[in-house]
Amino acid sequence: MWPLIKLLPAKTNFKYVKFAPVSGVISLLLVIGSLVAAIWMPGLNFGIDFRGGTVLELSTPGRAVDLGRAREAMGRLGLGDVQVQAFGDATAAQVRFQTPPSREPAEVVANVRDTLTRELGQDVRFTRADVVGPKVSGELFQSGLMALGLAIALMLVYIWFRFEFRFGVGAVAGLFHDVILTFGLIAVTQLEFSLTSIAGILTVIGYSMNDTVVVFDRIRENLVKYKKMSMGELIDLSVNETFSRTMITGPTAIMALIALMIFGGETLFGFSVILTFGLIVGTYSSIFVGAPLLILFEKHRGKGQAEAEAKPAVERP
Amino acid sequence: MLQLTRWKIALVVISTLLSVVFSLPNVLPASTLAKLPPAFAQRLNLGLDLQGGSYLLLEVDTAALQRETLNNLIEDVRRELQSEQIAFTDLAQANGAVTVRITDPAQAPAAYTALNGLAQPLAGAATGRDLLVSRADQVVTLRPAPEATQAAAGRAVDQSIEIIRRRIDELGTREPSIVRQGTNRVVVQAPGESDPERLKRVIGQTAKLTFQMVDDTVPADQLAAGRVPPQSELLPQPDNPAEPQVLVQRRIVVSGDMLVSANASFDQFGKPVVAFRFNSQGGRRFGDTTSQNVGRRFAIVLDGKVISAPVIQTAITGGSGQISGNFTTETANDLALLLRAGALPAPLRVEEQRTVGAELGADAVKAGQLSTLVGSIAIVAFMIATYGFLFGGISIIALVVNGLMIVAAMSITQATLTLPGIAGLILTLAVAIDANVLIYERMREEAKAGRSIVASMNAGFSRAMLTIIDANVTALAAAAIMFIFGAGPVRGFAWTLSIGVFTSVFTAVMVSQVILAWWLRAARPKKLPIV
Repeated sequence: MWPLIKLLPAKTNFKYVKFAPVSGVISLLLVIGSLVAAIWMPGLNFGIDFRGGTVLELSTPGRAVDLGRAREAMGRLGLGDVQVQAFGDATAAQVRFQTPPSREPAEVVANVRDTLTRELGQDVRFTRADVVGPKVSGELFQSGLMALGLAIALMLVYIWFRFEFRFGVGAVAGLFHDVILTFGLIAVTQLEFSLTSIAGILTVIGYSMNDTVVVFDRIRENLVKYKKMSMGELIDLSVNETFSRTMITGPTAIMALIALMIFGGETLFGFSVILTFGLIVGTYSSIFVGAPLLILFEKHRGKGQAEAEAKPAVERP
Repeated sequence: MLQLTRWKIALVVISTLLSVVFSLPNVLPASTLAKLPPAFAQRLNLGLDLQGGSYLLLEVDTAALQRETLNNLIEDVRRELQSEQIAFTDLAQANGAVTVRITDPAQAPAAYTALNGLAQPLAGAATGRDLLVSRADQVVTLRPAPEATQAAAGRAVDQSIEIIRRRIDELGTREPSIVRQGTNRVVVQAPGESDPERLKRVIGQTAKLTFQMVDDTVPADQLAAGRVPPQSELLPQPDNPAEPQVLVQRRIVVSGDMLVSANASFDQFGKPVVAFRFNSQGGRRFGDTTSQNVGRRFAIVLDGKVISAPVIQTAITGGSGQISGNFTTETANDLALLLRAGALPAPLRVEEQRTVGAELGADAVKAGQLSTLVGSIAIVAFMIATYGFLFGGISIIALVVNGLMIVAAMSITQATLTLPGIAGLILTLAVAIDANVLIYERMREEAKAGRSIVASMNAGFSRAMLTIIDANVTALAAAAIMFIFGAGPVRGFAWTLSIGVFTSVFTAVMVSQVILAWWLRAARPKKLPIV
């Protein structure tokens, strides 16, 4: 038989809880930093989904796009905030601009296409054109925020329903931690914040909960099994027991996402960066943020124990 | 848990076979598919971002519709009062109503009665009328009833959808989807249209064509001073730099709804024109007007812009004619198409447009395939390295069945597969592995705790089961929210993710279980091979 790769010793015995104060401070700083980055400096790079405007993608097969020339030509059109940048390889470029409210978007797009065709050569091909009006962008932003809020609320309801209150607190903390840090990443890297990013964050929420549930499930199980153990020891034991699973699932998912990042093209790049980051942060937070928070409830253990465990949310076979 | 019951085997075998059958059309050549019954020949429905095409979100400008209703009402009031020989002043619209001042107070009641006659019973309602007429001394106010305005807006959206459909059909776009969204929006999805700008031009143009006489009574210097008589208006003529604006009479001689045909054609100089033919009423009116006004000019007006303003050489009584202007063959074709399909009842605004070229779509499909392939290979290699050929292999069989089930489910439901959907698929495969990992790790633990192989495998399945369900419900909840709130590509992602959650739980739990139970019975192992 093939010798199986053992990433870890058969039984790990890390003292996670000991690091909780340190990791708590680090997490807190990261959360504050992310909030500052997302709200204030440098802020989120809103895409046209939420800001309104036009994105054109074009390519000139067989040669590099003359970005300088394109920029100059676009500048002459008097459209205000215009960005011209390379997109993927050098033969493709992306042009974004805001349509002045007084002008008809369709006409402006036609005008821009004509201008760029004249400047960059007749063989320029327009591969994508997205136009989002101000009304729709406002609505998309609203429904995006609503989706995020509702997703978080739904997760909390589920945790509250399936676990006890103290687990809920840990899960909430972990969830907000992950979401805020992901926003921080989007702000710091200036990835475009779009509908797709919201989908990415929603997926991160789902995965973060998934990971938290796995750890919490084990803690709950061990609470019944080892009634005398202190909460700190119990958390360490549970995290250690589930650690081998974490160390197999995590890298598997990350490998798949890295494949997506490399081969998925420009459109999926930002999306897969968000997912990968969220996966790592989600794993970290269930171990170092969500679980240690349960210690705060340690003093209730023993006294309220019999009562709390008398009706475990799920009957174990 | 690990008993090989008959229903378990049947469930696994039947669902696997069905998945193979329903995902097969995606690899069969089109010629074979044509011979199959349609239910068994459905392929994945690729989103516009994968096959190329245009998505347009259009809003019917109901405010403009309302303005037009009021303008027509003003004309009705004028006609009515004139025919009753009642003198009036200050006929105007304000705040969504038309007001008029009757000069002679003695005539005010008569005017009220006459104008009240303009109101019609509301369609589809037992009581109520479409106009609310009221009088305060000499001032009569006519206000369209809110129900009537709403009904008119609804009708306008329905008509717009019908006219858009006619226009797109004439363009020859395949399988367009045109649906109403909310109260006053229309979503158009047209796969594979090579020129989205043309599509937008053809859909978005109101195409209201009118023939109006040019008002040549005002000298140019007075016009420059801004003196426009009330019965005329100054309209732009964009294609004629020599005469950028034309003063035309407001009275419409003939309008586009009196056309019975319109075609692109060429004039005697070989320039593209649009040839048209009026119905009998339009032909008569056009004939009368042209015979009375030989030597004067009339303007051909499209959506408030003058296309051309030719001089009437002779009376045109045949009921047909041609519009010349600064046309190319394509614009002449488009105008003819628009005139044939009819004018939109209200202007349409493009609120959102997403267009992906077919080539970019094909590139995206390739990128998606490649990353799925590479991702899958990475997962396979990792699983075999971690759990060996037997257990790793079993989880991979489960993964393959999972993939087939997703493809089959997406094909049957004709759910749209988008580029983010492919990302969802890859993520699903990775997370599906998690269920297997949870089970295997649990087995390892139980075996290390000293249990027999059968006991530890049993415990692995039953204990991990709850965690798996808990963990997947959260993913499903996130997907449900994306589906409800998301638009376009995000919905595709959510749908793929949701299907994936169900299939991955099923395959990880049921498929691996049946294979493992079978292996257990056949090999009678003494020791868990993954410990």
